[in-house]
Amino acid sequence: MYNFEFVKPSTVAEAVSALGEEDAQALGGGQTLLPTMKQRLASPSKLVSLSGIADMKGVSADGGVLTIGGGTTHGTVAAEAGAYPALADLASHIGDPAVRNRGTIGGSLANNDPSACYPSAALASGATIVTNTREIAADDYFQGMFTTALNEGEIITAVKFPIPQAANYQKFLQPASRFALVGVFVAKYADGVRVAVTGASEEGVFRWSEAEEALNKEFRPDALMDLKVAPANMIGDLHGTKEYRAHLVGVMTKRAVTAAG
Amino acid sequence: MPKDHGIGASPKRREDVRFLTGVGNYTDDINLNGQAYVHFLRSDVAHGKINGIDSTAAAAMPGVVRIFTGADFEGVGSIPCGWQVTDKHGQPMQEPAHPVLAQGKVRHVGDPIAAVVANTPEQARDAAEAIEVDMEELPAVIDMKAAVQEGATKVHDDLTSNLCYDWGFVEENKGAVDEAFSNAAHVTTLELVNNRLVANPMEPRVAVGDYARHNGESTLYTTSQNPHVIRLLMGAFVLGIPEHKLRVVAPDVGGGFGTKIFHYAEEAFCTFAAKAINRPVKWTSSRSEAFISDAHGRDHVTKIELALDADNNFTALRTETYANMGAYLSTFAPSVPTWLHGTLMAGNYKTPLIYVNVKAVFTNTVPVDAYRGAGRPEATYQLERVVDKAARELGVDPIALRRQNFITEFPYATPVAVEYDTGDYNATMDKLSEIADLSGFAARRAESEKNGKLRGLGVNCYIEACGIAPSNLVGQLGARAGLYESATVRVNATGGLVVMTGSHSHGQGHETSFPQVIAEMIGIDESMVEIVHGDTANTPMGMGTYGSRSLAVGGSAMVRATEKIINKARKIAAHLMEASEADIELKDGAFSVAGTDKSVAWGDVCLAAYVPHNYPLEDIEPGLEETAFYDPANFTYPSGAYCCEVEVDPDTGKVTIESFAAADDFGNIVNPMIVSGQVHGGIAQGIGQALLEGAVYDENGQLLSASYMDYAMPRADDVPFYSVDHSCVTPCTHNPLGVKGCGEAGAIGSPPAVVNAVVDALQSAGKDVTHIDMPLSPSRVWAAMNG
Repeated sequence: MYNFEFVKPSTVAEAVSALGEEDAQALGGGQTLLPTMKQRLASPSKLVSLSGIADMKGVSADGGVLTIGGGTTHGTVAAEAGAYPALADLASHIGDPAVRNRGTIGGSLANNDPSACYPSAALASGATIVTNTREIAADDYFQGMFTTALNEGEIITAVKFPIPQAANYQKFLQPASRFALVGVFVAKYADGVRVAVTGASEEGVFRWSEAEEALNKEFRPDALMDLKVAPANMIGDLHGTKEYRAHLVGVMTKRAVTAAG
Repeated sequence: MPKDHGIGASPKRREDVRFLTGVGNYTDDINLNGQAYVHFLRSDVAHGKINGIDSTAAAAMPGVVRIFTGADFEGVGSIPCGWQVTDKHGQPMQEPAHPVLAQGKVRHVGDPIAAVVANTPEQARDAAEAIEVDMEELPAVIDMKAAVQEGATKVHDDLTSNLCYDWGFVEENKGAVDEAFSNAAHVTTLELVNNRLVANPMEPRVAVGDYARHNGESTLYTTSQNPHVIRLLMGAFVLGIPEHKLRVVAPDVGGGFGTKIFHYAEEAFCTFAAKAINRPVKWTSSRSEAFISDAHGRDHVTKIELALDADNNFTALRTETYANMGAYLSTFAPSVPTWLHGTLMAGNYKTPLIYVNVKAVFTNTVPVDAYRGAGRPEATYQLERVVDKAARELGVDPIALRRQNFITEFPYATPVAVEYDTGDYNATMDKLSEIADLSGFAARRAESEKNGKLRGLGVNCYIEACGIAPSNLVGQLGARAGLYESATVRVNATGGLVVMTGSHSHGQGHETSFPQVIAEMIGIDESMVEIVHGDTANTPMGMGTYGSRSLAVGGSAMVRATEKIINKARKIAAHLMEASEADIELKDGAFSVAGTDKSVAWGDVCLAAYVPHNYPLEDIEPGLEETAFYDPANFTYPSGAYCCEVEVDPDTGKVTIESFAAADDFGNIVNPMIVSGQVHGGIAQGIGQALLEGAVYDENGQLLSASYMDYAMPRADDVPFYSVDHSCVTPCTHNPLGVKGCGEAGAIGSPPAVVNAVVDALQSAGKDVTHIDMPLSPSRVWAAMNG
């Protein structure tokens, strides 16, 4: 790790101001950034910790929408997002207890790791990413591996999840990292079903629209019988070929539909 | 009723108190006055020519004490290899130089190019980044079969090829073996890979070098399984320091698994640099560094063929293996695929004719050497897989086929040069059937099917050669060291004992089990015995701990030394009681005169030895301290039968281990709890190899699985609760304790059980799958099912 400055503001405005400096970097729970810095693969001149901002923490449900502060840890979401059980369940299976007690939803969504769990929930829920300057629809937010609609210095202050009628997340673990080799989040709303897939694609989290169409007709696993995603854009690596990941997308989607009921 | 002390009891491990309360003393806990830190600049290419190293800017950076390169080590010795294998033509193996720091060329990712010594670890690392290396990248050879093709890029320019040796065993039998194959009623052939592994002990390697100007003595603190071996190899072959001026200390060591046997360049560097800069020099490996600098394990590519007659008797076995040596010969690397592998190819079976061919190959990868089991897991895996495949091809029960071919009479001389002293393979198979509830499998399979899962049962046997081993034999086989063990037993004036052993404990629990033996022999409490190990300054020359040898060889040395103590104490007791020595009996910590009520306590005899007022000074010397060196007559041959049940998810290929049972014959047992723990750990590593672990290089020699993000270590929820039994006992006939060794068995016996079980599960579902290479990841199993 190289030397860096560290500040821990208590308001969003102070954080935005601190992030205005060149090479300053926002720090959520640090579960990706700190290991990267330890390996000397990242060298921000200043870390702006968001963990001291009280306004960015907490979970609340109101009018069919679950709002989670951007600085809320996975552990808190797991414990307090009972209004959206599938989301609480997803949070309770991210990493291990140490990760869940530090890592935050805002950090995860800002990083947009192609194997992270939260992006699939946000996309499948049609969530709204709230920042210090605007609100971004999930469909516009995710723009490929480690790429989002966020501007330089923009902070995720909250995420708003419309609460679905039924939902479920199925994660197939990469054996070493235990990130999602393939993770599928299925959410059924009055106006339709949304299916989002993480871990699988070279283009990051994506919606499987053919599955959504089929499930809109009939919300049963059998509705997916003849559907397959094309292997071409899937990730192929040590832990699974493109074909294997494409196959798993189908299996995990069916299981999510079954579990969602 | 189980015993509560002595041999056969299971006292809790006394060393665990310090390990679990954070007061262990590991090498990284050692910090010396004025200590500097080294950071190694390691190659990020697999093969390259160093045209120049410019460390001018780096040398001027804050805190830098000195920067070393290969040029500083000209005239310094090469890291030596401890075993010379002779090939099938009678020629010695090709043996390249292994410089402490690269000289002219780098040969694997991780090969050290330069070493920066600075006041802090961070300063050393910062400066290392400022070193400019003019590196000309060369084509890398990674695939073993490609490496031995005509015209392949050579890892070492001064060798004739990348072939280290082409070994035939037993070469004279080759013709007869080939003939048996041409007469066979059935031949089963299997090609397989024994996957490359990274040992990953919890404690990474650490070395601290120190030099004392006042007496010219060098000291190395290091994470080693065998400090005397390091002292000999480094002192005599690398740095030219006589042993009386070199002390090697291996304090608490957090796991070895073989990878801490070897003498590493970093140890020689720290010792050398400490003298050069006149300050202690410390190196602590990061986990990332460990992946590219600790010797790896396994990495064999094998074709095995089994010949059977019309009655399903095994008539011959033939194997051809390519064994990866990596870029340099690590300390015992050449012995692993040969003498620790070929000699085990008979397994538990009376196959009369066996021929083993091994081609050891240099590649641009990290050196490969012994890892828990070392050669014996590779032998067991291929043998037990081909036997299982034969049973399936012939439509016979795999257990029945094994039983039919078991060796049943002992001693048994195998056609591969070793003689098994004892064993009872039917007994362990019977025990396995019982503890694994084999008769209930059909019902369990039906239950799994109801849940949409494929259930499989895999059984296998194993034999291993432990207690490595007779010095005269290993000398004939090419070992450049003896393999005895030593112990000094020092009795203090008030009766307590200190045992200074050449064995080394890095998780095995010697501090608990060794005193149990002495307590049993003398009849005193175990708390009166202390075990000292790990420091060449206060232990006799010993060869250390590996190959499941500590109790069988080191324990035997301790027994011999204790026998000498008892014999001398008996003389003292006879004098004190004015009786004939022949009438003196030792029981429950007291000497008595047979047939009388005369008795003298152990402590009083010890006191007399050190306060010899009333003492037979004309016959014996004062004091009570004895040393013994024990060199066994043979290896020991633990054996057993293992059973694994798996469920395979047909949708994803994911394998889960539903149960695992192990019936082992380890001979006599000193501490059953510790033995069970050793078996548990071994099985966990075997399951890791079978399902999860694999060190994978790309074609350019980059290690793709270079961190825990991609190298899958087994975790608690990957393994089941084990059912282990070691009540089948055929004591070893040639060591005083009748013990055989248990440290490696689990890792040797478990991988074939897992793979046999998965193949059984898939075949039960009608899949035409006869083999899947390890690790049996979900992706591979799914591909095999849908191939």
